[in-house]
Amino acid sequence: MVLSAVPQPTSQPGSRMSRQQQHRTPLKLTDNVVEVKSKFEAEYRRIALKRNGPGGFTEFYRLLQNIHRIPGVDVLLGYADVQGDLLPINNDDNFHKAVSSANPLLRIIITKSEGEHVVLPTDSLQRRKKGLGLTGLRTSGSDSTRSKNKPGLMIGLPQNFRQISSIIDVDILPETHRRVRLHKHGTHKPLGFYIRDGVSVRVTSQGVEKVPGVFISRLVRGGLAESTGLLGVNDEILEVNGIDVAGKSLDQVTDMMVANSHNLIVTVKPSNQRNNVVHRGSKTSMGNSGSVGSAGSAGSALSHDSPSPASQSNPITASNSIAEGDSDDDDDDGDLILENDCLTPYESHRVTNSNNTNLNRPLPQSVSLPNSVGASLSDSSVLMSNHNGNPAHTSSSSQESMREDGNIITL
Amino acid sequence: MKRFRRHGQESQRDRLKQELFQFNKTVEHGFPHQPSALGYSPSLQLLAIGTRSGAIKLYGAPGVEFMGLHDENAAVTQVHFLPHQVELVTLLDDNSLHMWTLRAHKGLSELMEIGRFTLTGPPGAPPSVTRVTAVLAHSSGELLLLGTEGGHVFIVEVPGFRELEERNISLDQVASSVPDDYIGRRNLEHIEALQENPVNPNQVVIGYGRGLMVIWDLEKQCAIQHIPATQQLESVWWAEDGGYILSSHSDGSYCRWMVSVEEVNEEEEEKSDIPYGHFPCKAISKIIQLPTQEGPPFLLFSGGMPRASYGDRHCITVIHSKTHVALDFTSRIIDFFAIREGPQHIGDPSALVVLVEEELVVIDLQTEGWPVIQTPYLVPLHSSAITCSHHVSAIPLKLWERVIAAGDLQSTHYSKRPWPITGGQNLAPDPPQRDLLLTGHEDGTVRFWDASGVCLYPMYKLSTAGVFHTDADPNDNMNQGTEGEWPPFRKVGCFDPYSDDPRLGIQKIHLCKYSGYLTVAGTAGQILVLELNDEAAEQTVEAKVVDLLQGQEGFRWKGHTQLDVREEPVLFPPGFQPFSLVQCQPPAVVTALTLHSEWKLVAFGTSHGFGLYDYQQKNNVLIKCTLNPSDQLAMEGPLSRVKSIKKSLRQSFRRIRRSRVSLRKHHVNNAAKLQEANARLEAELAEMELAPVQRKIEARSSDDSFTGLVRTIYFADTFLSDSSHNTPSLWAGTNGGCVFAYMLRLPPVEHRADEPVTAQSAKEIQLMHRAPVVGIVVLDGHGAPLPEPLEVAHDLARSPDMQGSHHLLVISEEQFKVFTLPKVSAKMKLKLTAVDGSRVRRVGVAWFGSSRSEDYGESGLVVLTNQGDVHVVSLPTVKLQVHYPCVRREDVSGIASCVFTKHGQGFYLISPSEFERFSLSTRCVVEPRCLVEVPLLSGSSTQRRPKPDVASSAHRNARQDGEDAEVLQEIQKSLEGDQTSFLENNVKSAVA
Repeated sequence: MVLSAVPQPTSQPGSRMSRQQQHRTPLKLTDNVVEVKSKFEAEYRRIALKRNGPGGFTEFYRLLQNIHRIPGVDVLLGYADVQGDLLPINNDDNFHKAVSSANPLLRIIITKSEGEHVVLPTDSLQRRKKGLGLTGLRTSGSDSTRSKNKPGLMIGLPQNFRQISSIIDVDILPETHRRVRLHKHGTHKPLGFYIRDGVSVRVTSQGVEKVPGVFISRLVRGGLAESTGLLGVNDEILEVNGIDVAGKSLDQVTDMMVANSHNLIVTVKPSNQRNNVVHRGSKTSMGNSGSVGSAGSAGSALSHDSPSPASQSNPITASNSIAEGDSDDDDDDGDLILENDCLTPYESHRVTNSNNTNLNRPLPQSVSLPNSVGASLSDSSVLMSNHNGNPAHTSSSSQESMREDGNIITL
Repeated sequence: MKRFRRHGQESQRDRLKQELFQFNKTVEHGFPHQPSALGYSPSLQLLAIGTRSGAIKLYGAPGVEFMGLHDENAAVTQVHFLPHQVELVTLLDDNSLHMWTLRAHKGLSELMEIGRFTLTGPPGAPPSVTRVTAVLAHSSGELLLLGTEGGHVFIVEVPGFRELEERNISLDQVASSVPDDYIGRRNLEHIEALQENPVNPNQVVIGYGRGLMVIWDLEKQCAIQHIPATQQLESVWWAEDGGYILSSHSDGSYCRWMVSVEEVNEEEEEKSDIPYGHFPCKAISKIIQLPTQEGPPFLLFSGGMPRASYGDRHCITVIHSKTHVALDFTSRIIDFFAIREGPQHIGDPSALVVLVEEELVVIDLQTEGWPVIQTPYLVPLHSSAITCSHHVSAIPLKLWERVIAAGDLQSTHYSKRPWPITGGQNLAPDPPQRDLLLTGHEDGTVRFWDASGVCLYPMYKLSTAGVFHTDADPNDNMNQGTEGEWPPFRKVGCFDPYSDDPRLGIQKIHLCKYSGYLTVAGTAGQILVLELNDEAAEQTVEAKVVDLLQGQEGFRWKGHTQLDVREEPVLFPPGFQPFSLVQCQPPAVVTALTLHSEWKLVAFGTSHGFGLYDYQQKNNVLIKCTLNPSDQLAMEGPLSRVKSIKKSLRQSFRRIRRSRVSLRKHHVNNAAKLQEANARLEAELAEMELAPVQRKIEARSSDDSFTGLVRTIYFADTFLSDSSHNTPSLWAGTNGGCVFAYMLRLPPVEHRADEPVTAQSAKEIQLMHRAPVVGIVVLDGHGAPLPEPLEVAHDLARSPDMQGSHHLLVISEEQFKVFTLPKVSAKMKLKLTAVDGSRVRRVGVAWFGSSRSEDYGESGLVVLTNQGDVHVVSLPTVKLQVHYPCVRREDVSGIASCVFTKHGQGFYLISPSEFERFSLSTRCVVEPRCLVEVPLLSGSSTQRRPKPDVASSAHRNARQDGEDAEVLQEIQKSLEGDQTSFLENNVKSAVA
């Protein structure tokens, strides 16, 4: 990057100007410091961490307890990653991962640990306003789960993994079908499968009928599809993002899948029917969404009893409202828009650099996302930190790995 | 309540949609693909062409055309009009006969099939017995004589196809009477020809393949005369006075046989000739002879060329007195006929009509030198392959006249005589406006067609080859002929598919109809700016080279080289004359082009980037490289024709090698890393190619190939940087889903010539879904698309609303997306692919007028998808309105060739030589409306008139008594009444 990394003397919080400039914060990345903004209940703290030597998890944990003045309280740490997912910090590894992926700032969310029942909801940052009409079903189902407070199966905290796939709508689909959601975002893995034309056998009132169908023909080794274990060769594809593929040509289905590739939901009829979900009596006893981490094997497809996501009563989710507006299921609002005309001081610079290929970078986070996490978050956070004063100053710690820097803390 | 109201609104919207949109395929322009049969009715003055795909097309006066399609997908082998009637019979490849008629319905004639028939032989007979080889429509209009491969003649009553078994002429009947000394009497072979005696309808000549001809009396059912020709027979012609018969043979000879009036004595061959003799000749496939009032007759025959030296020529020889010309056509001759003068069409021959495989040529036989008459329809669009097309609606009269004037100067070699085929009446109202269709061709020409009405008429032809050095010899004239050459060849026809240099091919065209500025761009990255000039001018065209790579390194262009520009001044004839040339470097095909005549700017794009050129100052304003560094394919130039062959060869070699490698790979594990990576890549490639039924599902990424290819480029005067000042702007969209916007600063008009135009990068939008951007439109404050440049200045469009906020509409292959301006943020979208699985292939902005109220209309987007469906998408709300299936999904070239008009019509190629015209609008429909009436034949025996469309009447016997005639007259009257009331309706609706 040739662009100058001038620390921004931006002291007009909330103003349009500062917001614009904040989107340019990658400029500051040259500094060896990571901004950390941590939130506990309604309070925010801002600190700085050395990128190179942030220290270990326990130190960090203690530091946060200190600056939030909750030394004795058992808490869980989570951070919002670039895709807006809330990921846990509970060991050195994922702490370092969090620090290194901070771009530009690391947002920490601290929640009180309430025994073992509280887990980080994997889906909490992806509010579905639409889709397959799943939201309603899911919340009602999860409410009942919660009210019964059934111990059930527990899935441990996802260890530094992001959800990449899930089985959904188990309760409304026939047992022989499986609806799989693949989350392409965030991973650089290819989706990695091929489809083909084939013949499917249907049982109709006239008897058995052969109809053309579309099947998975191949899984690419190391691809997303293969790593989930939820899709297999010769699985018949029935729906793509809720749209029936019957009567559509292979090319049409291909185009539909590619067009939905950022958030692909395929309903398949697995060729191997042995791993099917078995309904256990009560429909609502189980959660409706199962999730399989990338570490998950094919067998884990059975364990679809995951913590209920996105229910209002969940304190974690409530505090996660910072991530509102994230819309990774809506590709379009992820369009990258470079508005050079707003960048008056840099204009000449920009123009001369115009054949730089900076636009071809695949990572969206470096440039302004109009409705994205970055924008809404930074806005609200600026206001918040102003209301609360700047407590980070007072709670400065003596640990060497931490360092305060007024320039960086102020936004 | 609310729900009810909304429902009401929806139904109201549905009603409105019905008033606005309606889909029709209206007419086919151009020359039918693979014609296989020709027919002509002198009494109706109609020409019929049958094609190998089973289509039958009738043409009369310009604007009078009919089209029918046989259900069977078989080639039409013969077309015969029933004499003096509106029926015609077609014979198909599958041996079925079909009866068609022109039936009047609401004052317009329609071509419809009214019967079909297949000969059935006696049980157990081989199929050859009934395989029809010759058809004669008897002049009575009631009989059809069918000669078969088995040598029998079947007689069938028409139009009902009733076999008259007792009158059949069997081979045995004929063979028994054949003179004993005739060599081939044991096997007469199939029936090659059937001809009626022009003066005695009871006599027909039956020509057998072996050569024997028999004159048969239909009344007495006996042979009158035997003509013992010994060469394989090709065709027979009975001279008009009935006095002699001409026969043509497979050895290139023709013979003249006298017909004896006394039915007894056998006449000898009077005259035999091999016109191009001495050495072996090819067959004369058809011969006709026509008398003239005074002087010698015209003799016309096809073929007969010396086999060794000219066996590959497609010739028709015309001999009249001392004039002897061998018309040399560029494609195979299907059939020909002559048109004769006079009310009865029995006068002197006036024109020779020749159907060859790729065009219809009409020769004026009455003007000295027998010039060609320009055809008003059936023009071969593909005289050089069409590479692109561009439609301009509502041409101002002035430009129209200037283009016509320029075109007239080019067509001086055509005959001045009017078009000789004049059947039917064209009842279509005059076209409401003048529309121009421009087609770019592979040989570097641009043809201008009058697309206002049913006939796609050639107006003017622009050639850009003169600007460049080409391999072609400029003295290579089509019409040259050496003195004293034998045979006396003369080249006719304009079909010439051989291009001197494929780099000359025209890829993009943009015409400003107000200023007369035209820009065309071609295969080798050449962009020409042309101006309409009524005078010839000699000028040098200076080339400006644009380096689109802009310092991008590591690429090597492997495609064709750029064209060499002539440095000396070139003389340009009146018409569009080039004055500015831009050559892109690398010389990749130009993929996007636009011209703004008010700003005097041309913008263009290739697979490497885009540029902006100021054609007043002849200066480059902006060059932008859009190339992705990881995109290697873009550099190879695979879009070039020559290259693609090479590439596919290389890939097939790779494939072979690959299969060997994969066998070995199991044993050799320690391969170098690079090699492994290469192998994997190749494996993937091979896999994709070897298994075409498999499709990869992968998100688009920035390193896909051709992401930098510029798909669309657009000028707009809009609010790019702030909401209070509109500025000129340039927009470009790429294959990788990226949109670039530049703010343009134009100097004031008085300094336009000396102050530079500048462009400043203002915005870049990367669509998250990364689908190729195929269209960019800016909508004004009312949600209407911005008008074309100069449109407002000419008072032809309402000036755009500059008060309200503008919106940017980006059309990708997958989505329609509306953004706000000047701050770009997504506002609305329509996902096409994610829901439908189809992708946008072609898109245009059109205005749809309501059929009910004159002053209501809407703008909309017209979209053609890769599924071949057309959609109308509303503006500015981007909602799907209607969709219709239009082109076959598999017809990729048809989909790619589609062009939309500004008033909801469109054209696409249904074959290399034919445009199908379709209309989505209820108000703008160009379709043939014509009426064909039965010619009144003075004192002729039986004759029918167009029948009302009552099914039973089709089978009614043709006999009419006085009563019937009266009834028919009444019907006729009522039909005419219908017609006038229809016209009135038309007027009314126009007034309303």
